[in-house]
Amino acid sequence: MAETKSVIGTKNKKGQTYTDTWKMMNEAPRTPSFFTGSEVIKEALRRASCDVMIAYPITPQSEAAALIGELFAEGYIGDYFRGESEFAVMSQCAGSAFGGARVFTTTAGPGTMRAMENFPMWAGSRLPIQMIVTCRGINSPLSIQPDTLEIAYLLNTGMLVWHAETAQDFFDWILKGYMVSEEPDVHLPLALCCDGFFVTHTKDVVNLTPADMCLPPYDPYRSPVPCMDMECPPVRMMRDPFVMKSNYISYATHASWQQEIWAAVERSRKHSIHWLNGLIDTENTDADVVIVASGTAVSQGREAIRLLEDEGVRCGLVKVKTLRPWPEEEIREATKNAKHIFVPEFNVTGWLAKEIRATIPNPHRVHAGPHVCGGMTMPPEIIVSEIKTALGMKTFSLAGRGS
Amino acid sequence: MSDYRVLPGPEHFLPPAAASMGIRLPNPGEAHINGVITSEDQAYEEAARQFLMAKVPTIFPGPLVLWAWNEKAAKKATAIRHLFNTLKECVQPSQKPMLIPMPDYRPKYPKINPEVEINPNHPNLTIWHNKIDCCIFIGVHCHQANLSLKIIRGGTSCYTIAMCAQAGHEDAMLSFRDASVDKIMRLADTVKRLKGTVQPRLSAKNGASN
Repeated sequence: MAETKSVIGTKNKKGQTYTDTWKMMNEAPRTPSFFTGSEVIKEALRRASCDVMIAYPITPQSEAAALIGELFAEGYIGDYFRGESEFAVMSQCAGSAFGGARVFTTTAGPGTMRAMENFPMWAGSRLPIQMIVTCRGINSPLSIQPDTLEIAYLLNTGMLVWHAETAQDFFDWILKGYMVSEEPDVHLPLALCCDGFFVTHTKDVVNLTPADMCLPPYDPYRSPVPCMDMECPPVRMMRDPFVMKSNYISYATHASWQQEIWAAVERSRKHSIHWLNGLIDTENTDADVVIVASGTAVSQGREAIRLLEDEGVRCGLVKVKTLRPWPEEEIREATKNAKHIFVPEFNVTGWLAKEIRATIPNPHRVHAGPHVCGGMTMPPEIIVSEIKTALGMKTFSLAGRGS
Repeated sequence: MSDYRVLPGPEHFLPPAAASMGIRLPNPGEAHINGVITSEDQAYEEAARQFLMAKVPTIFPGPLVLWAWNEKAAKKATAIRHLFNTLKECVQPSQKPMLIPMPDYRPKYPKINPEVEINPNHPNLTIWHNKIDCCIFIGVHCHQANLSLKIIRGGTSCYTIAMCAQAGHEDAMLSFRDASVDKIMRLADTVKRLKGTVQPRLSAKNGASN
């Protein structure tokens, strides 16, 4: 491989010190700061040694994209521009990554769907692009409010998919995400999702690493495929695809290529465990009732557990941090004692409950709900109500709330 | 640990990627044999034994060592030449060591010439044509190596070894990681040390089976 001299300890053009990422994230002093989620994305990017950021406006990620433009003006980002559409943005991200750049972009809702063809292409080309998805409604009638339905569409693209609960998760996982997705045995794009507005437009105290420390730069020579070469796969595949050759071995090659993408998702498991301290977090999983959730539904579940404790109901919690890789064994272990498993979700289809049902023994234990969607909030009381109803306890209707 | 084992094929019409069957890559200082994590010492011994048993032990160097794009690549290429020469010295007359390059990854089907190179998208053609029953990948980009190793496992009975400069390969029957000049030389030394202690297969299956 390439002769690489460590840049750790040297400074970039902005005077930031390239710092060992583990030390930066785990040992460097942190400064509490009161920021919106969008501002937190900007602060993470300030420290990410990012080469290229490509933007296109769509609520609720537009603010973060605009703030990163300020970083470009300040000289922290190598290049920054607006694409013609979300499809163009994701294609341009691919071009930048093929060229050996560390690439970042942000998207949301219908924009994610418009660009969807690119995501399996990114994964198939082993491009470690990081894409922030600030989830919002994607279906008619139009909504700009939080709704996690778009995550369901990303789960089978071959990308890594993580679901942040808080702005603090977001800050840390943007930086750690590059460390996982750029490993040579992984080298896949990462869709780092959050629930739009709840995270992006809410101020919270976030502990930031020092602004004068930054990630080591991306080394494209560690890629599992050759750096950009129009004559070599995967690029050559686009104008000379295997499918054009009607024979067993060409199909087998294409099939093996796809299998290798999912093998890389599997390989990301140990790196994700290392950087995120496990694929899930758990509390009180010896309880009969366990809530399993991802994103801000975890926060609502946590509050519901506090309310239930006041009524003498002990309840456990599983926070799912990574959806791809899917923490199958961890969820099976964490729910082995549960008689009832509740999966609160901000979407209409209940994709997380379906994943869990497909993972654990005795899946009838899973109560797929409560669900809200279209931007509705999820008061902890409706989680409490759902659980109490299932346990045969008396509960009050919340239907008149807000009327 | 997974019960799945990465064994010489032919395994299946479309075998699964070993990583999807729960095979995990070794940590630094380790290797794997058939998907089971072992010490590097064991891996050197087993790799050397497999080479000395094979009727057509073959080295497949890739672009990362074939092209002298930096000093380290050139040194690795020299070490690989030394490994090949050692192999030739240590085998018996009935054995036929080969050195077949994988200089680039451009799709060449149907014009691949298996006499002179291996194509990562059609590696079984080279294996079948030359009746290769044991091979080692060195200096091949990881994704291309995984692709080729899986196709070989699916359609041939060839024993595959991978000496990877990064994290290793689950789809080989034996894999080292963090390949260096020293590791290539150590493999050559082990082959030399085991010379005469291992008998070549008489009627072994060869890579032509499917």
